[in-house]
Amino acid sequence: MNINNIQNEIVEEFDIFDTWMDKYEYLIELGKSVPKISEENKKEENIIKGCQSKVWLHAEKEDGLVKFYADSDAIITKGIISLLIRTFSNQNPADIINANTDFIDKIGLRQHLSANRANGLNNMIKKIKYYAIAFSKLS
Amino acid sequence: MEILKNIESIRKDFPILNTKVNGNQLIYFDNAATSQTPNCVIKSISDYYKSLNSNIHRGVHKLSQLATDKYEESRKKFKEHFNASSTTEIIFTPGTTHSINLISNGFIKFLKKDDEIIVSQLEHHSNIVPWQMLCEKTGAIMKVIPMNEKGELNLSKFSSLLNSKTKIVFVNHVSNALGTVNPIEIIIEKSHQAGAAVLIDGAQAAPHFEIDVKKLDVDFYVCSAHKLCGPTGVGILYGKKEWLEKLPPYQGGGEMIDQVSFEKSTYADLPNKFEAGTPNISGVIASGIALDYINKLGLENIKKYEDYLLDHATSKLKEIEGVKIYGEAKIKTSVISFNIKNIHPYDVGSVIDNLGIAVRTGHHCAQPIMDYFDIPGTIRISFSFYNTIDEINILIEALKKASKMLS
Repeated sequence: MNINNIQNEIVEEFDIFDTWMDKYEYLIELGKSVPKISEENKKEENIIKGCQSKVWLHAEKEDGLVKFYADSDAIITKGIISLLIRTFSNQNPADIINANTDFIDKIGLRQHLSANRANGLNNMIKKIKYYAIAFSKLS
Repeated sequence: MEILKNIESIRKDFPILNTKVNGNQLIYFDNAATSQTPNCVIKSISDYYKSLNSNIHRGVHKLSQLATDKYEESRKKFKEHFNASSTTEIIFTPGTTHSINLISNGFIKFLKKDDEIIVSQLEHHSNIVPWQMLCEKTGAIMKVIPMNEKGELNLSKFSSLLNSKTKIVFVNHVSNALGTVNPIEIIIEKSHQAGAAVLIDGAQAAPHFEIDVKKLDVDFYVCSAHKLCGPTGVGILYGKKEWLEKLPPYQGGGEMIDQVSFEKSTYADLPNKFEAGTPNISGVIASGIALDYINKLGLENIKKYEDYLLDHATSKLKEIEGVKIYGEAKIKTSVISFNIKNIHPYDVGSVIDNLGIAVRTGHHCAQPIMDYFDIPGTIRISFSFYNTIDEINILIEALKKASKMLS
C-alpha cells in the first residue's frame, strides 16, 4: 500500500472513535505492537531529542525499502510511533521524502499533544525523513 | 477553617477556574509552577493601562508621579510582608531566576580560585546553573549537601562541608519537586558561623507561609510574584543592605546611575542601582495587590487549608495500587510527587489532561533529584487555597482510570 493510502486508512480508523479517551486507548493498544528495536540499537545516537519521554529510532534498508524500528519508555509515545512506522516503514526512500504528513493533523493528534510532545513528534518525522534521504543517497 | 468556610466565594475571585478543557471543568493542580490570578490583580493591570500608564521616577508630570507612588507603595508592602529593615533592601527583578543570576554574577567580585560554595541536592536548575557558571569564571568549587530517601537534607554532612573557604551557601526554602521544607534556620546559622553568606530561594515557600527575613537573619531571599497570585515577570529580591551595597550592579542603563560621563559613571543608591531601565511597572503594582489579597486571606489560614488538602490527597493516593510517593519529609508544603507502578509519568499526565486535570510531569527542573531516585520523572500535583477536596476526589478517579488504561 502506498503512503497516502495508509494515511487515509489511519484517518478513517481514528474517525470511528468519538472521544479522545477512546482514541488514546487505541493509541495505547497500538503502542504495544511497535516493531521492537534491538538492544544494541537502543544507543545514545538513536535517541530523538525533544521528547519528555525517551524515543529511540533506528532504520535499515532492505531490498530497496526502508524499515524502521523504534521504542519509547512511554506507551502513548509508542502508539504515535506505531502510526509513523506503519506509514513509512517498507516504503522506498523517495516516497518517504516526498510524503506529506497531514494525517497527523487530520486525526487531531497534534492539537491533543502538549507542546513538548508535539515537538518530539516533529523531530521523529524529521529523523524518518533524514534516514530516507541518507538511504536515497546510498543507492 | 476560615478558607473552607469561604471556598465558594474565593473560587469566584479566579475567573480561570471556570475554564473548560475538552468539555471538562478545569482542575488546576500545577500551582507550584504558577498560581492563578484573582480578579483584583487582573483589574489592577487593566486599571494601570487605562489610567496610570507612564514611566516612573523621571517625569515631572502628574501621571508619572502617581505611577511612581504606586510602584513604591508595592515595595513598601513587600518590605513589611518580609519584615525587611528598609525599602532599600527590596529589589524588583523579572523573576527568581533573574534574582539568582544578579547575585551569583555579583559574587564574581568576592570569589577566587579554590574558594568553595555550597548548594543542596534539592535545588531547581535555576539555583544550580548560575552558580556553576560562577565557578567556571572564578575557579571556585561547588559542594553539594546530599539528601536522604525521604527528600530531607543531611545536616551533619552539611556541617562537614563548611569551612573557612566557604563563601556562599544557596538552598531553597522549599523543594519545588518534592515539597520538602528545608531547615534553613539551622543552615543560615551554621553558614554564618563559618563566615559564609546565605541565599535562600523562597519561590516555593512564599506562597505558603510567613517569612521574616530579620528573624531568619538571611543575607538574600528571593521569590516570584507569579507564584503568589501576581502576574508573571516580577521577582522580589530581599538583600541585606550591607550586601546590596557591596554587590556591583548587574545591568547598566537608565535609572541605575547617579552621574554619567564618557570617562566614568557613578551608580545610584539602593534600590535603583539594581533596577536599570523601565521596570515592569504594572506588574509590580499588581504584585502588591496580589500580596494584599493573600494577606487578607491570611497565610496561616492558607497553610491550614493546604495541609488539609495535602493530607486528604496523600492518603487517597496511597489507596491506589502501585503508587509510590517521592519525598515524604516530615515538614512539607502541599506538593506531592509520585509515580504509578512503572507507568511513564508523561502517559499519566496526558490521559488526565484529557479529562481537564492540569498537573506537571517530568523532572521539574530538578534532575539531580530524579537521578537520586533513578527515575525519568514524576507526576507532580501541587495545591493552592482555591483547590477543593472534590477536585482531589476527581483526580483520584482519573488516576485510577489512567492506571487501568496504561497498565
